[in-house]
Amino acid sequence: MKKNWWKIIAVVFVLYTIIAGFIFRVPAQPILHESIRNLYFHVPMWFSMMTILFVSVFHSIKYLSNSTIESDIAASQAAHTGMLVGALGLITGSIWARYTWGAWWVADTKLNGAAITMLIYMAYFVLRGSLDEDQKRARISAVYNIFAYVMLVVFLMILPRMNDSLHPGNGGNPGFNKYDLDSNMRMVFYPAVIGWILLVVWIFTLRVRLEKVKRKILFND
Amino acid sequence: MVIKQIKYLILKELKLEMRNKYALGGILLYVVSTVFVSYLSFKKIINPSTWNALFWIILLFASINAIAKSFISETQGRLLYLYTLVSPQAVILSKIIYNSLLLSLLSTLCLMVYTLFVGNLIQDLPLFLVTLLLGSFGFSSLLTMVSAIASKSSNNFTLMAILSLPILIPLLMVLIKLSKNAIDGLEHWDYNYLMVLLFLNVIIVALSYLLFRYLWRD
Repeated sequence: MKKNWWKIIAVVFVLYTIIAGFIFRVPAQPILHESIRNLYFHVPMWFSMMTILFVSVFHSIKYLSNSTIESDIAASQAAHTGMLVGALGLITGSIWARYTWGAWWVADTKLNGAAITMLIYMAYFVLRGSLDEDQKRARISAVYNIFAYVMLVVFLMILPRMNDSLHPGNGGNPGFNKYDLDSNMRMVFYPAVIGWILLVVWIFTLRVRLEKVKRKILFND
Repeated sequence: MVIKQIKYLILKELKLEMRNKYALGGILLYVVSTVFVSYLSFKKIINPSTWNALFWIILLFASINAIAKSFISETQGRLLYLYTLVSPQAVILSKIIYNSLLLSLLSTLCLMVYTLFVGNLIQDLPLFLVTLLLGSFGFSSLLTMVSAIASKSSNNFTLMAILSLPILIPLLMVLIKLSKNAIDGLEHWDYNYLMVLLFLNVIIVALSYLLFRYLWRD
């Protein structure tokens, strides 16, 4: 119980976000209307994806220094979890874009960044699939993971300076923090971010444990 | 010490290239035929954006094809022999330098053939050439590293394209932006983008330098 307090926080926060996100008052905005509530679901996905991808790279670096297969399992499972939240972020964003910008997909820097992230990690999984020896797969995919992650971070840093985005807070659009994200919304938004990050970390630890059990069964047979 | 090793390794690459010239000839012919095919399908291109995009896409795929072989064609025995003689940093740096020389040649040829057939829209040629050279260097360093990664798996030519395209996009976008400026002939050079391009090149080389030794031992 002492070790699991953060899982309780995760569940309570996410449940609170879902209930409060649909019930609490939100400011009336011209184009957004009630779809502004998607802020509680769409934005935390990106926060949790970047967190878990950082965990993945951290374990890849750890693998290169200590060569234990546990680090490799952690790195790959973190990347899998990252893809899960990334897909959810794309879906929620796509629905939101349909109702506010009028299309499922628009040419926008942040969307491109998200798409490239997905492509990079798909390539990472293809690379893992094409190598069959355990240690070799772990080492080579760790190198690719680090290489790709650094390029991705650089890209996400320089990209917004090159083009304007339709997203709030970019290219002259007012950010949510200016007047939309009033103190009412903050009350839901911050717990949502913390709750989703904790939930994703929990999913990640479960995946790692499952993978280890699978390996144990495989080697015992 | 490393400098000396790099020199010898580059000379080795050059000698090997001269011994089977068909590989070099093949990749040069690849560029010329691709340009010719696009000329037959587009005739002349007047729109600068289309001209620019097509040029970089041709160059991108030609570079992937040209550099894919740099590690994939190395035999296991030769790598083992190098392993006993030189440091891994010397191997990756020499391959990067050699490949950037190759790509500079390739991209210059591509530009000449492309302007001949599809038309020349460039107004600021010096800026375009600087972009082209920095681009060749960036492409070659990134693709050399990816080629080293892909060579470890069995279906490596497909993997080469899959692995390199997503991480090439940042570089490609900066290049397209800069070369578009060169085509439009803006009054002043945009040093911001040139700095970003240099920065990307430095990062790629530094990463290859640090990470290659983990790929190298089998």
